[in-house]
Amino acid sequence: MARMTMIEAVRSAMDVSMERDDDVVVFGEDVGYFGGVFRCTQGLQAKYGKTRCFDAPISESGIVGTAIGMAAYGLKPCVEIQFADYMYPAYDQITQEAARIRYRSNGDFTCPIVLRMPTGGGIFGGQTHSQSPEALFTHVCGLKVVVPSNPYDAKGLLIASIEDPDPVMFLEPKRLYNGPFDGHHDRPVTPWSKHELGEVPEGHYSIPIGKAEIRRQGSAVTVIAYGTMVHVALAAAEEMGVDAEVIDLRSLLPLDLDTIVQSVTKTGRCVVVHEATLTSGYGAELAALVQEHCFYQLEAPIVRVTGWDTPYPHAQEWDYFPGPGRVGRALAEVMEA
Amino acid sequence: MIEFPQLSLHVPEPAVRPGGQPDFSNVNIAKAGSVPRPEVDAASEDIRDLAYSIIRVLNRDGEAVGPWAGLLSDEELLTGLRHMMKLRAFDARMLMAQRQGKTSFYMQHLGEEAVSCAFRKALRKGDMNFPTYRQAGLLIADDYPMVEMMNQIFSNEKDPLRGRQLPIMYSSKEHGFFTISGNLATQYVQAVGWAMASAIKNDTKIAAAWIGDGSTAESDFHSALVFASTYKAPVILNIVNNQWAISTFQGIARGGSGTFAARGLGFGIPALRVDGNDYLAVYAVSLWATERARRNLGPTLIEYVTYRVGGHSSSDDPSAYRPKTESEAWPLGDPVLRLKKHLIVRGVWSEERHVQAEAEILDEVIQAQKEAETHGTLHAGGKPSVRDIFEGVYAEMPPHIRRQRQKAGY
Repeated sequence: MARMTMIEAVRSAMDVSMERDDDVVVFGEDVGYFGGVFRCTQGLQAKYGKTRCFDAPISESGIVGTAIGMAAYGLKPCVEIQFADYMYPAYDQITQEAARIRYRSNGDFTCPIVLRMPTGGGIFGGQTHSQSPEALFTHVCGLKVVVPSNPYDAKGLLIASIEDPDPVMFLEPKRLYNGPFDGHHDRPVTPWSKHELGEVPEGHYSIPIGKAEIRRQGSAVTVIAYGTMVHVALAAAEEMGVDAEVIDLRSLLPLDLDTIVQSVTKTGRCVVVHEATLTSGYGAELAALVQEHCFYQLEAPIVRVTGWDTPYPHAQEWDYFPGPGRVGRALAEVMEA
Repeated sequence: MIEFPQLSLHVPEPAVRPGGQPDFSNVNIAKAGSVPRPEVDAASEDIRDLAYSIIRVLNRDGEAVGPWAGLLSDEELLTGLRHMMKLRAFDARMLMAQRQGKTSFYMQHLGEEAVSCAFRKALRKGDMNFPTYRQAGLLIADDYPMVEMMNQIFSNEKDPLRGRQLPIMYSSKEHGFFTISGNLATQYVQAVGWAMASAIKNDTKIAAAWIGDGSTAESDFHSALVFASTYKAPVILNIVNNQWAISTFQGIARGGSGTFAARGLGFGIPALRVDGNDYLAVYAVSLWATERARRNLGPTLIEYVTYRVGGHSSSDDPSAYRPKTESEAWPLGDPVLRLKKHLIVRGVWSEERHVQAEAEILDEVIQAQKEAETHGTLHAGGKPSVRDIFEGVYAEMPPHIRRQRQKAGY
């Protein structure tokens, strides 16, 4: 077992996949010779040659459009969108093409592509390098949406995504690339090498898409989170001394509703946490589902803790980011209700 | 300081609007046979003129002339004529079926039959088209069964797409026909990706991208040209310039550039402009481009200069925005009549045989329609299952869609 950062884990996932399957190709802006601005594809071009890992023009619709064509041919492209904030020019290709090719052709053509994209804030990226557009994908039928929270999951889920027969949006919380960031920006970050989920097998393994993981057992309140917010929620629960059960969704679509319903049925309380904006965010879907399935077990209104309904600011980053303070207050609020 | 006048915005207008006299005097038509045929490895900068002229083979007397002539046998040309006539008859019947309420929507090819029918002939089994909604000739000329097309148009119980797609948005991997989106321009860059994949795998197959004059304004068109140019993808980038994008004349998408073909030159992509109503010219240019692609020399851009005689779709009325008689004034004539004349000049066809062929083809189309209608039409007879709404969104149905299907009662 090796120790890996999340960057090394996603790189290892691509490496293992390219090794096993000649049809896996990797491309995107700066991903070839240089290995990507976050270095996730470092060494892949040297190892597999420049027709399997290469630099693309700065054209997200072109990157995704060509990937769709390659998938129609029979390849399995795993492309990088340099920041999730840059995916909008490709949104037409993602939503009206990738998501619907299987359906509209009745399986005559399919679209097994993976779009990796660094997501979320916490790196002083301002409004164009901090966004969390997951709800813009979950609203589109035909896509799968995966958000890992640690290196072990990142590798297993990315391998599963590459092997999946349908298009997968793979959102990598960039603030987690180097360590399990819990929202305390003023404290040093523990590296993944000191975390048990930084232990990653070097070879092939996969984690099924659509299965959540309980990160902390508890009986008083259920916290539903994914990505960076899993670590924030865990910190908040510890600091508040609340007997919270923290669910790491890992996959937003398909969603592991059973795990959520079982937990809320047990706890009777629910807090939903995400970094994306509040209105029409994925938390709204989660709250609606909990209400539909657990209404008679609920002892308090469901509370959402999210980014504010504003663009992601630069200087005021830590007043925007839903850190452990805000999550902790939400826990107190539902416990008092 | 120099005093400049106030600025004003330029909004282009077509030469003539309804009520006016059709005028195509601004369309510069090269003489048939006058445009040279370069070697397929020519550099784009050495053949710039071909992006501004019009390659033509058939002259006014129905003779095939010049360096692009002489590629097709009598038999092949007779088959080509039959394909175009079949597409025209198919369109006429299906447009009528739409008016009779048997389907919701239809798009015909009237006047543009040569483009897709002749292009298909330059492709080989395994090559892939990424078509728009006006290239059904690619299927007809590849002998895709008309009944299957009609089943799709009628969204009936045998619809290969199970009622999910708008009529005429066919899909056939087997016949090298990528699923039509209905969206515009998205397929153009996908074709480039498919071609790149073929090159990555050291395959021998090539791809063909299709787009209309209006949609070249989409960013995906430009992305496609960048990617095709950068990676020298084995792809033919086809632009069908039929003069009209619904009601918008081609000058709105073209802007100040001389021709659509000339768009390729800035990317270093050899660009050819061809008479789209001349079956022989379309085939000759297509073959030139496919040979370039097969020899790994990279992409070619082709602009087919043609004219959309009918409405954009069954929902469109062109008399609201262009003179009713404009199509008759179109200087490049009708593709079916021109090939017919050529075959008569060659001595292998006659007016009588043409009339007879028309009757045979119509009968063939009617028989196919009768068969298709036994499987239902949009509002009558057999239809796809409600279950089909929920199937096929993913390879494996996820729990939430299964719950919704159960809720719908299926």
